[in-house]
Order: sequence, then C-alpha cells, then structure tokens
Amino acid sequence: MAKIEFTLNGEVRQVDIDPTIRLLDYLREDLDLTGTKEGCGEGECGACSVLFDAEVANSCLVPMGNVAGHDIVTIEYFSRTERYRILEKAFLEQGAVQCGFCTPGMIIAAESLLRKKPKPSDAEIKIGLSGNLCRCTGYNMIIAAIRQAAKEGEGLW
Amino acid sequence: MSETISQSLMRLDAPDKIAGRAKYVADLKMKDCLFALTVRSPIAKGKILQVSLPAMPEGYQVVDHRDIPGENIVKIIYDDQVIFPVDEVKYIGQPILLVVGPDKRIVERLAKAIKIEFREEQPVFAWENSVIRYQFTKGEGDAPFASAANTISYTYTTGYQEQAYMEPQGFIGHYDRGKIVLVGSIQCPYYVKNALIRALACDPDKVRVIQAAVGGAFGGKEEYPSLIACELAVAINKIKKPIKLIFEREEDMLVTTKRHPAQIKLAAAIGADGAIRALRAHVGIDAGADIGLSGVVLSRAMIAATGAYTIDNLAVSGDVYLTNTVPTGAFRGFGAPQMLFAIEMFIEHIAKDLGRDPLAYRLDYLAKQHDKTSTSGVFRDPILMPEMVEKAMAMSGYAAKSERYPREAGYRGIGMSFFLHGCGFTGSGEAKTIKAKVKLEKDSEDLVHILIAAVDMGQGVHTAMRKLVASIMEIPIETVIYDYPDTDQVPDSGPTVASRTMMIVGGLVARAARALKESFIPGQHQVAEEQYVQPDYIKWDEDTMQGDAYPAYSWGVTVVEVAVDPHTYQVNLEHAWSVYDCGKAIDELMVLGQADGGLAQGIAYGCLEVMEHDQGKIRQKNLTDYIIPTASDVPAMTTMLIDNPYPLGPYGAKGVGELTLVGGAPAVAKAIEMAINKRITKIPATPEAIMELIKHG
Ligand code: FES
Ligand code: FES
Repeated sequence: MAKIEFTLNGEVRQVDIDPTIRLLDYLREDLDLTGTKEGCGEGECGACSVLFDAEVANSCLVPMGNVAGHDIVTIEYFSRTERYRILEKAFLEQGAVQCGFCTPGMIIAAESLLRKKPKPSDAEIKIGLSGNLCRCTGYNMIIAAIRQAAKEGEGLW
Repeated sequence: MSETISQSLMRLDAPDKIAGRAKYVADLKMKDCLFALTVRSPIAKGKILQVSLPAMPEGYQVVDHRDIPGENIVKIIYDDQVIFPVDEVKYIGQPILLVVGPDKRIVERLAKAIKIEFREEQPVFAWENSVIRYQFTKGEGDAPFASAANTISYTYTTGYQEQAYMEPQGFIGHYDRGKIVLVGSIQCPYYVKNALIRALACDPDKVRVIQAAVGGAFGGKEEYPSLIACELAVAINKIKKPIKLIFEREEDMLVTTKRHPAQIKLAAAIGADGAIRALRAHVGIDAGADIGLSGVVLSRAMIAATGAYTIDNLAVSGDVYLTNTVPTGAFRGFGAPQMLFAIEMFIEHIAKDLGRDPLAYRLDYLAKQHDKTSTSGVFRDPILMPEMVEKAMAMSGYAAKSERYPREAGYRGIGMSFFLHGCGFTGSGEAKTIKAKVKLEKDSEDLVHILIAAVDMGQGVHTAMRKLVASIMEIPIETVIYDYPDTDQVPDSGPTVASRTMMIVGGLVARAARALKESFIPGQHQVAEEQYVQPDYIKWDEDTMQGDAYPAYSWGVTVVEVAVDPHTYQVNLEHAWSVYDCGKAIDELMVLGQADGGLAQGIAYGCLEVMEHDQGKIRQKNLTDYIIPTASDVPAMTTMLIDNPYPLGPYGAKGVGELTLVGGAPAVAKAIEMAINKRITKIPATPEAIMELIKHG
C-alpha cells in the first residue's frame, strides 16, 4: 500500500492504495467511473483513454503509483465542459457513433488533439487518433466530426 | 413523412454512449458479485486423465460438467458442442471448467494452480474430415465441360478474420427466486435463452436473458455467447449468487469464433467464342472443432457462387471440414465474402487469360431482372447494376485510371467489384425455423413500446425502429419507446443477423404500426402483433438447394484505388467509392455509417488482417499482433445510395449490414493486381504476399 495524492476530475484526492493497481481499475471498480472502457488492457485500443495532465493516456497502462502529483480527467468530468458540448454535437451530426464503445476514448483523444492543434489538418487528426481503434465506423465520420468541432468550437481550444 | 424517411435523424442512443453513461456488460455491478474465470485446454486433442485442484479457500469453487443439470450441449444447430468436456478436448482454448470466487486476483491464482493431466492424441489440421457436404446444379450442370473448347481453373484461398469488436464478450448473471437472469453482450437473446433451457433442463420461464449495450458484434456475438451463457448459468445454478464472466482481449482473440478460412476451386468451360458455357465450383471451409453454424455458412457461400453474374450451367459442391482448431462461426457476410472474392477474381482472370477486356467481359454476365439465380430461383425485382456501375465509374474516374495505370507501371491500381447479398435467412429459415413475431404495445399514456428481440449493436436498430413506427403512426418519436431486449418482455423476433432486421423485423413492425394506427383509441391500452409469413411465391427445396434462396437481394459496386510501395510493398489505400442498392435507406446517415464500417472491414480482409494458427494455436493474440485498420489506414470513402424500393420491405428497405463488407476484398485485390501485374488468388494480400508474388510469380 502507498499513500498517493493526485487530482481527479478537478478534486484533490489522497488515497491509500496498492500502487500497482491500474488507474483503469481504480476508476472503474473503486469509483464506478465506467465511462472509461477496457477494450484490450494492453495499450492497443484507446478505449481506456483519460486526460493525464491534459494529454491523452491509456489508463490501462498507468499504475496508481504513477498518478501521484498529476492531474487526471475522465469523460465523466470532461462531459460537463463547453468543449465537450461542441464535440458531442459534431459526433452526433456526423454519425460518428455506432456501438459507442470507443467513443468516450475518441472524445478524450479529440480534446487532447485540439488542445495542441486547434485547427488540425486531416492528417493531424488521423495521427491524433492513431492510438484509438474503432471497428464500427471506419473512422471517416469521426474525422469529420473532429473537423466540424474544430470549426464550431473556434476559440475554445 | 414517407418521402423523407431516409432523412437522417441523430442517433437517439448516442448521447449516452458519447458521455460514457451507456452501460455495457462490464460496467454492470451487483452486490456480492463473484468472478468467474475459464480454465482451458492447452492441447489440440486428447483425453483428460485427471484434474487436480489446489486447496480452495472458503468461498471459492470450480464448476464443471458434473454441475450441468440438463444436457451437456450448447444448442445451436448440431448437438456436437459440449458446455464442459467430460473426458476429452478437441481444440486449444476449449473451456474445461470455471473457477468462481469473490476476489478476481485469487480466482486467477487458483485457476493457474489447477493441474490437468492429459493424454495427447494426434490432432487433425488437414481438411480431410468432411462432416457436411452439399451440392446443387443449374441448367445442364457441368455437362458442357465435355465439349468445351477450353477449360480455365483457379483456386482461391482466404484466411481467418477476427471480428475484433472493441468490447470483449461477457455476461453478468444472478439468481432471482428460482430464475436465472443473464445480462450480456449478445446479438440473439433467444438463441441464448433456448440454449439455457436445454442446459438447465428447466421451464422457459426459469431463465431470462437481457441485452446490455453491445460494443460491436459483427456476427461474433451471434452463437458464441450461448456457450459462455451456458457455462455461467450452470455456475449460478450451483452457487445461487451473482457472477460476472468477462473475457480479456487475449482470451477473446484466442477462443471465440472467427470467419471460416476457405479454399474455393473454380473451373469454367469456355466455348470457342470465349463465352462461359458452364462453371464448376467447390467450396471448402474449416469449421474448427465444432460444426456450429458452418453448414449455413457453407450454403450461403455456395449460393453466392456466381456472384452478381448469371451463368446458365452450374455445378456447385462444398464441404465443411472439422479440424482440431478453434471453432469458426458467424461474421458479417457469412460465407459470402469468401465466395465473392473468389468469383470476382475468377471472372477477371478468365477474361485476362482469354485476352479479353475484363470489364466488358464482366458486364456481359451481370445478372438482370427475371434471370435465374444460381439455385434456379428468380431475380424478381429490378436490378440496377448497369446504372450503378456507370455511377461508380464516373465518381472514381475508373475508365481513365484503369487504362493508364497498367501502362505506366507505377505501382498504382484501381479495382472494381460487383456484388450482391441475399437478405434474410437462407432458404426456408425465416418461414420454418425463425417464424419471427413482433409486438407493439400502446400504454394508457399513448406511449408505444416496440417489443422485438432485435438488438442494437451499433448498427442503429434503436433509432431506426423508433423512426419507422413514429413515421408510420405519425406520432412524435419521443412517444415511441425501444428498450434493450429482455426475453421476459419481448417476443422472439429472431436473431439480429443475416441483414434481416430492417427488412424482415422492420417489415413486421411496420405492419403492426399500421394496424395500431388504424385502431388507435387515445388513452387505451392496445396491442398489435404480427408474425412472419413467407410470400407464397417464394419456394425453396432444402434437400436439392433449388428455388429462391432469399426473398430479395441488395446490390453493390465498390471501387478501390491503391498505390503499392515498390520497395516495401506496403499498400496505400488512396480512395474507395461505392454505390449501393439497399432498397430504401430508413436513415441515410446510418446506412452511410454501415457502408463505411463494412467497407473498412472488407478492404482490411483483403489486404491487412492476418490470422493463422500454428498446430492449432492462434498466433495473433492481441490487437498488436492482429492488425485492424487505424484512422490512418482507411481510405477516404465516397458512397452513393440508389433507391430501388423492395415492395415487402418497410418503405422499401432491404438488408444493408453485410452487403457493404462483401465487395471490399475483391475490389482491393483487383487494385493490387493491377498495381503489381500479378494474379492474386489469396487474401489477405499483405506486403509479404505481394513480395512473394513479385519475386516468384
Ligand atoms: S484498454 Fe487501454 S488501450 Fe485498450
Ligand atoms: S463505434 Fe464501435 S468501436 Fe467505435
């Protein structure tokens, strides 16, 4: 067990926890924050994406020991923002959601991308999504959604 | 609203999914829930001599064949699949027993400590043990071969394909006053329910199956979940506590069903004029260790033997082979992708061998309305393929590119596939086996509940069905309710498979909606029910495979353009264009989404996704080994939908989900073939395979 202090969804937390536990399990099992999904558990699919100091990260690869001192944001918290609203609208309008299992992770990846590149080219969007797999959509509608969000959310990122 | 039915509606279940609020099975929790882990066979074939358990701490136990109250069979079609083996195993990964207990980590440790002693036997991997053999002929069969001027033959092979839905399989279940309730990631609630009744030897009202949000399925959650459900239900029946059984990705990749590898031998009798006088086809597919749905997959493949073409004389045969490998099963397209790849390449190869222009040659054979199908049924409805081909060619610049690229020898290519897909179950499946029932129930607040067993696995059933009912009844969509199917609530409208949901189930829902509209009394509880009746002009003879195999067909043309790297042989997908006739789109954006996703899977089947076994062990055990397309791999796609309403579909809709996959592999394979000027007879055409072709022909 180890004492770990970090920020989760805007709140500072101190927990006494086995530092080898995965952040993903802590979120899903201990806190019931199930918007973060497990698709592979091996860093391949991005369904477990969270914002780690505003960068997209696979929470299945992050042991709790590594979150000490960092700022973690999950879809549950991000979904309260204005930027989320823009992304949500774009995903809806472009048909970017089918089974939805990859979607929260895609939204997190999009947020991280748009923070760095508020006006991404298609090539940059593709690179920004390279860690997130989707088996349903063939990606083009997701790419279009991010393009739309960048446009409609100009100034927000 | 009927003119505007195709107009896109925002998907009604999407806001919850985007926000992460939708509950998939792994997200569900129950108090005092136990975890189950499956212990599996490490060998491909052998006898189980002894199982030695470690000391089991209090609250931990194993569940095996001795705990099955009913028959030790997973009800699918043939009774050859056991739930837990008694004393023999037949493939690597076959479940042997479950370890169940409260702490996941301890369950894992105990599972590892279980020692099973086997006596290994010689496994069979060669395709020699045929357990199902079908054949049929058309016209003069293969008699014209005797007098043919020339015979051309090729053999085509296709590999495994993994569904790779993003959400691994799983169930959570509990015991509720004598009743076993399972919630799972499934396509077919009643397949699961019927399997449970048999495994538990219980009354139908003692089991209840509910669908959770499904994170993709593509056929992979058609029959396989019945096995997991039986294992879990046996455990719950024994322990009487809530239990969760969720697969890890690796487990899912190694043991769940995949697309059947196939070998398809085609021969054509060519007349002196260069015309195809007859076609002979043999389709071999590898079922793995259990037959499962393989017979049905085989028949769909065989019926697709002539693809989108009409050939008058035919002799088609096929075999399902059992091997000591992981069972194969349903996957979007269901036998058709293998066959469409083969026939599309074959007609092209015949033309090339004869020195004819492949496109002109192929166009000559395109099926027309009133032509006889491969099984001597009739294409009753209008076929718009010539117009669709023209549109696809115009969009893609096919004519100019296909003339230029071979000349330039710049490793660029463009390929065009023609294809069709039979909508609904093959043969008499709908009429004799499924007999779909649907129900609409209007409550006293005038909310209309759609009660069907069709699940939304991402394809949009939820939105499409609500839209259909709202549109027909001319009521606000908010007053139409659809919930994830629960077998305690919904009648058996059949499985969510075979591109049947909109055309068949939707057709029944539309009829019920019309009836309800006519008898509408505000404030009164009302029910409208419908059951499927096969139109009587549809005739099918199961034994001879003669007649109308499907009530209707969807059609498509796909063009793919590639650039092959001359050094690495990497295939860059430049663009894909498709034109589809799926009758009428109930929601255009949703159909376009199916088109994009299906085509991405189809193209990847043709050039990217490699799965193989080594002595019965699947080599690709995760998404690093098994490559599926990323955002950077898929080409830009342009899709056009052609209206061609089918009189019996709701608003004219036919099937769409599978159609969009089947044309992908032949289109990309033809494009690569043009780019490297070699004959492709095997998919996936990976860089290694391309190098091999270039170096050794
Ligand atoms: S679950 Fe973390 S990357 Fe797939
Ligand atoms: S929508 Fe299903 S995996 Fe992306």
